[in-house]
Amino acid sequence: MAAQDTPSSAADLSAPVLDLDEDDDLEVFSKKTSLSDGRPLPTSPSSMTNQYHLDQEEPDENLKQRDLFISVDNPESHVTAIETFIMYRVLTRTTRPDFDSSEVEVMRRYQEFSWLRSKLEESHPTLIIPPLPEKFVVKGMVERFSEDFIETRKRALHRFLQKISVHPVLSHSPHLKAFLTAQDLTPHKKQGPGLFSRMGDTVRSMAQSVRGSRGRPQEFCTLQDYVDRFSTNISSVDKVTQRIIREQREYVDELHQYSPAYSQWAELEEGLSEPLQGVSRSLELCAQETDAQAQDLSDVLVPVLHEYVLCADTLRTVLRRRDNIQTDFEVKNEALATKKVDQDMEEVEALSDRLEQANQALRTDWRHWRSNLRSDVRTALVSAADRNLQYYEKCLAVWESFLLSQKVDPAQHHNHKSSST
Amino acid sequence: MAEDGRDESLATDEEDSEPSCEDGTGSLSSAPMLEDGSTLIRRMEICVAEAEKRTGKNAVNMGENYTVYLIETRPMDAVNEGRNPAPDSLWRRYSEFELLRNYLLVSYPCVIVPPLPEKRAEFVWHKLSADNMDPDFVERRRVGLENFLLRVASHPVLSNDKILHHFLTEEHGWKEAVYETGFQAKADSRLRALSATFRVRNPDKRFVEMKHYSDELQSHTSQLLRARARVADRLYGVYKVHGNYGRVFSEWSAIEREMGDGLQSAGHHMDAFAASIDDILEEEEHYADQIKEYLSFAEALRAVCRKHELTQFELEVSTQDLITKRQQREELATGMVRTFSFKGVTNKLFGAEPPEQREARLKLLEELICEGEETVREKTLERQEHVERGLIDMQRFKQQKDKDLKEALLSYALMQVSMCKKGIQVWSNAKECFLKM
Repeated sequence: MAAQDTPSSAADLSAPVLDLDEDDDLEVFSKKTSLSDGRPLPTSPSSMTNQYHLDQEEPDENLKQRDLFISVDNPESHVTAIETFIMYRVLTRTTRPDFDSSEVEVMRRYQEFSWLRSKLEESHPTLIIPPLPEKFVVKGMVERFSEDFIETRKRALHRFLQKISVHPVLSHSPHLKAFLTAQDLTPHKKQGPGLFSRMGDTVRSMAQSVRGSRGRPQEFCTLQDYVDRFSTNISSVDKVTQRIIREQREYVDELHQYSPAYSQWAELEEGLSEPLQGVSRSLELCAQETDAQAQDLSDVLVPVLHEYVLCADTLRTVLRRRDNIQTDFEVKNEALATKKVDQDMEEVEALSDRLEQANQALRTDWRHWRSNLRSDVRTALVSAADRNLQYYEKCLAVWESFLLSQKVDPAQHHNHKSSST
Repeated sequence: MAEDGRDESLATDEEDSEPSCEDGTGSLSSAPMLEDGSTLIRRMEICVAEAEKRTGKNAVNMGENYTVYLIETRPMDAVNEGRNPAPDSLWRRYSEFELLRNYLLVSYPCVIVPPLPEKRAEFVWHKLSADNMDPDFVERRRVGLENFLLRVASHPVLSNDKILHHFLTEEHGWKEAVYETGFQAKADSRLRALSATFRVRNPDKRFVEMKHYSDELQSHTSQLLRARARVADRLYGVYKVHGNYGRVFSEWSAIEREMGDGLQSAGHHMDAFAASIDDILEEEEHYADQIKEYLSFAEALRAVCRKHELTQFELEVSTQDLITKRQQREELATGMVRTFSFKGVTNKLFGAEPPEQREARLKLLEELICEGEETVREKTLERQEHVERGLIDMQRFKQQKDKDLKEALLSYALMQVSMCKKGIQVWSNAKECFLKM
C-alpha cells in the first residue's frame, strides 16, 4: 500500500533541510516517464515514479499510491467590521497515520495560503514550491469579488495544494498539516522568523556582489540560463494565448451581428426565405460554439501557462537562495583559511553540509519540476488541440446539416472559380 | 415568349457550353435563365479572358494608368461541333462597359438591366486595398464584367441589340456608333423623373410593391455585406495570431530537450493555419461579389419602377389636360361657366367677347383637343407597353434572383464546410505533435 513507499526522509521533517539518501532512486525522473503514445507508465509499487504525480488530473493508476487528497471549493464571502474577504473550504482526505482523522475540513482565506507558502519556502529554501495565484490582478481592473476572479483564484489555489499534496517532501511538512487541520491558524502564525535572519542578508549581498557568480557550479549556471530563456518563452506563449482568446471573442461579437442580416432579409423573400433562414441559424450556432470554445480554452490552457509564468519567478528566487547559501559557506570558509577572523571550523562544516543538501534538494526537485512541466504542458496543449478539433467538427456538422436540408451533398467540391494561378 | 419545355434543354445547352477560354476560367456557377431561343448566348461564346494595364492620355491630355479587358468571342456552332477556332478578340476598358450599360438603360426602360461590377471597392475589410489597381480587385472585376456580358447576352430582349453586338465584335468605331444612336437625348431628365415620383396619383400596385421590395433588398444586402466584412476582418485576426504560436513554439523548442521536436512541428502547423486564411477569404470575396451584384440589381429594379411612375404620370397629366380642354370647349360652346376662370370674370366685367373671336378660339381648342387625344392614346400605349413588358421582366428577374442567390448561399455553406475541414486537419496534426512532446 501507499504508506510503505514514503521515502525515509519523511520521518525527519523537523529539520529545515532535507536529508536525501535516495538520490539514486530519484534519478528516474530524468528518464522518460510515459509511454510513447502518451499513456502514463503502468504502476509498480517499488517504482518511485509513482510518488510523483505526473499527470495532474490523472485518474485511477496513481490514485492508488496517493495518500493525501486535498480540494479547494465553496468560496464564501465573509464580512467583518474592518474588511470583506473570501474564505475557501479546504477538504482533506487521507490515510496517513499522523493525521487525527481521515477527513478534515477547514475554511481558509488567501492570506493563509500565503502564510503556508512562506513557511514552506523558509523550511525548504531550494525546493521549487508551486506558485500561488497573484495577490492582485493589475491588468483589466478586475473586480476583486467578481465571480470569474474568484473562480479562477479558487482553481489556482486548488492546483497549488494538489501539487503540494503529491510532492514527496512538501506533502509531509508540519506547516501543511497545520494548514489542513488546525481550526485556528493564529498560534502557528506566531512562530519566529525563519532561517534567513534579516541581519545576515546585508552581509550576504555584499559578499555576493564581491564574488559574483564565479563560484557557482556549471550545472546551476546552465539552470540559470534555461530559467531565463524559459521565462521569456512561457510568457510569450501565455500572451499569444490570451490574445487569441480575445480575438476569438471579438469574432463572436461580429458573428452575432452578422446572422440577423440573413434572417431579416429572409422576411422580405419568399423562395429565398428558407435558405436565408438556414444560413442565419447556422451562423448563430457557430457563434455559440466559438464562444464555448473560447471559454474552454480559457479554462484549460490559460491557467497552466499562467502557473508556469509564475514558476519562472520562483525558479529565479530558488537559484538566488542557493547562491546565497553557497556564499554563506564560502565567506566563512575563506575566513577560516585566512585566519584573519576567529572562525569556528564546526560552523564551516555545518555550512558546507547545508550547501550540499541545498544543492541536492534543488537538483532533485528540478527533475521533479521538469517532469511536471512536460506533463502539464503536454496535457494542456493536447486538450487545447482536442478542443479546437471538437469545435471545427461541431461547426462542420452545422453546415453539413444545412446543406442536407437544402438537398445538397456536402461532400461535393463546390463549383467555384478558384483564384487564378 | 416561349416558356415551355425548351427551358430545360436551353439550360442544359448553356451548361454544356461553359465558355472554355484560354486560361480555363469559367463563368459564375449560375447559368442565367433563358426564355427565348434566339438569345445571343446561343450563337456566340463570350468571355472576358484577361486584364492588362495600359498607360495613355485622357481627355485633358494627361497621362494615366488604366486597365483594359480582353473580350473573346467564338461562334457557338463551331464550339459545339468540336472545332476549336481561334476566338475573335478586342480590348475594352471599364468606361466603355459603363457607356454600353447607360445606352441599354435608356433604350430599354422596361428591362431590369444587369449591373456592372462595382466601380470602387466597397465593403472592404482591412486587408483588401481599395485601390483599383490591386490585382485581386482587377481579377474580380474581370469576372464581374464577364458575368455582365453573359447576363446581357442571355436576356431575351437585350441580346438582340445591335450596339451590344457591335461592342462584342468590333473594337473601333463603337463609341461613335453609340453616340450616333442619340440615346443621350432620349434619356429622361432627372428632374422630370423625380417630379413624377412625387406627383403620380395612381401607379400600378405591382410596381409600387416592386419599388418597395427594391428598397428593402438594397438595405438588407448592404447590411449583410457590411457585417460580413467585419466578420472577415475578425476571422483574419484570429487566424493570424495563431501564426505567433509558430514563432514562439520555435523559440521555446530550442531550449527543450524532450519537448523540442513536438513544439517545433506543432509550430509549423500553426504557421500553415495562419497562412490558410488568405485563400479562404479570397474565395469569400467571390461570394460577396454575388451578393453585391444583387445589391446593384436593386437599383436597376428601381429604375424600371421609376420609368413606370413617369409613364403613368405623363398619362395622368395628358389625360387631365384633355379633360380640362374639353371642359373649356363646353364652356365656350354653351356659354356656361362652370369653373372659375379669368375669362369668365372678364366676361362679366367687360361683357362677352364678339362671336368671331369665340369661333376662332373654339376652333383652336378643337385642334388642341385632337392633339390631346392623340397624346393620350400615345401615352396610354406607352404606359401599357411598359407595364406589360416590365412585369414580364420582373417575373424573369424574380426567378433568376431566387436561383442565383440560393446557389450563392449554398456555395457559401460549402466554403464553410471546406474551412472547417481544414481546421480539423490542422488541429489533428497539431494534436499529434503535442502528444509526442
